[in-house]
Amino acid sequence: MSNRKVGDVILDVKNISLSFGGVKALTDISFDVREHEVRAIIGPNGAGKSSMLNCINGVYQPQQGEITFRGQHFKHMNSRQVAEMGVARTFQNLALFKGMSVLDNIMTGRNLKMKCGLLAQALHWGPAEREEIAQREFVERIIDFLEIQLHRKTPVGRLPYGLQKRVDLGRALAMEPQVLLLDEPMAGMNVEEKQDMSRFILDVNDEFGTTIVLIEHDMGVVMDISDRVVVLDYGKKIGDGTPHEVRNNEDVIRAYLGTEH
Amino acid sequence: MGFFLETLFGGLMVGMLYSLIAIGFVLIYKASGVFNFAQGAMVLFAALAMARFAEWLPRWLGFESLVLANLLAFVAAMAVMIAVAWLIERLVLSKLVNQEGITLLMATLGIAYFLDGLGQTLFGNDIYKIDVGMPKEPMMVLESVFEGGLLLSREDLIAALVAAALVVVLALFFQKTSTGRALRAVADDHQAAQSIGIPLNRIWVIVWSVAGFAALVAGIIWGSKLGVQFSLSLVALKALPVVILGGLTSIPGAIIGGLLIGVGEKLSEIYLGPMLGGGIEIWFAYVLALVFLLVRPQGLFGEKIIDRV
Repeated sequence: MSNRKVGDVILDVKNISLSFGGVKALTDISFDVREHEVRAIIGPNGAGKSSMLNCINGVYQPQQGEITFRGQHFKHMNSRQVAEMGVARTFQNLALFKGMSVLDNIMTGRNLKMKCGLLAQALHWGPAEREEIAQREFVERIIDFLEIQLHRKTPVGRLPYGLQKRVDLGRALAMEPQVLLLDEPMAGMNVEEKQDMSRFILDVNDEFGTTIVLIEHDMGVVMDISDRVVVLDYGKKIGDGTPHEVRNNEDVIRAYLGTEH
Repeated sequence: MGFFLETLFGGLMVGMLYSLIAIGFVLIYKASGVFNFAQGAMVLFAALAMARFAEWLPRWLGFESLVLANLLAFVAAMAVMIAVAWLIERLVLSKLVNQEGITLLMATLGIAYFLDGLGQTLFGNDIYKIDVGMPKEPMMVLESVFEGGLLLSREDLIAALVAAALVVVLALFFQKTSTGRALRAVADDHQAAQSIGIPLNRIWVIVWSVAGFAALVAGIIWGSKLGVQFSLSLVALKALPVVILGGLTSIPGAIIGGLLIGVGEKLSEIYLGPMLGGGIEIWFAYVLALVFLLVRPQGLFGEKIIDRV
């Protein structure tokens, strides 16, 4: 597929359990993600995939278990702290800043890189101005990469859905993350858009060496682009391995085809 | 014709002052989804701080210049408003993240009463003056065009210019700085903003400080017109119909809403008043707001709320 090297474990999820009141969303989930790999989380609706992603992202705090990112534990961390550590994400139901242009949306992703104070920005003071220009150059590279040059100034809310998904990816990429979490990047897309998105994901992985954790429903896509796959069902892990291994796992087949338990 | 224009200008200028207060509501609502009932109390609090510091600082530091006193008092009052913003975030908002809108509204109602009380405890509860050198006598313009010319209040004119300048500054801040961009991002989507590392707490402190700044400017202008007294916090009630008219999420809406109400109440008083027995100015804004709530609840420029079913 490509010549990148899969490295050591970068993200380690251990014995995570999460419940909302009496409802158990995740039960004792463990898996790891290696540097530079494409790791997929799959499972039927309501299997707990998004909950898992939200735990890694610091949106939910699991009641049990721990998550280690490059040797650092992050229990009780909020999304902002997770973002500072180098984890970016996209959203299943687009969470773009709809009133803002494509450019501004992606620029917000550079927020953490901006060091100049409020007053300096307001006065367009030298260093603040230079900082803005430098960040803008980086953002232009992302815009080129995602092939959305023509829509630079368009308010995001007016773009077609497939392009909005790209902007969402662009905003996450602007953070120069080490790990990129993608929550159903291809949901609701047609075949052509899916192919484009798959290509972008693989290119990101290839060119920037970004580790990717993705949730996806389209089995064909998952099997094509992932190195390893975790399968969840009813909040439990029922399979873990290469696409080939997972495809032949009986529990997985049963969960997907719905034969008796 | 001359009289009509005079009324129109009078209305526009009062309207600009309503907008000034309404902007405070819109800022906070946009960035945190909180309808801040305490905006009026913040106006009073800021005006009290301004009036009293302008009186105390020359005495403490031993100087007499009125300009210097006003400048220093402005800086001191702004510092107080930033401290208030910080405390509100620390003690109230950060504890209520992700709570229902109604809970937050009640919390701001509490803040309003607390600020009313605290302001009067710290700064006294007399009627105070703010004297920033606003000219009191009116002026005549366009005497060559109209017979007798147009009588304009210079004080109102300056106030309107200040309000307009404030609006421009805020617009630049929101559109041109990266902090402004972060503010707009938070307003659009909290969760996404957090995921790219925008610190909600700091953004909230900034927004409340900016709203405090708008309150301070409004407080100074209203205060120098009417004197600083408790009733100042009720001026904010006039801003409620403005935000309903303009839409809670739109700064241009707050401005145009304010102007419409200012002009509407003056013109209706003059031209409809005699038919209805007068006193229209007092309730005009609220009736207009009521009509808008029935016909176009999101206001002129607000975002239409569409819920997924």
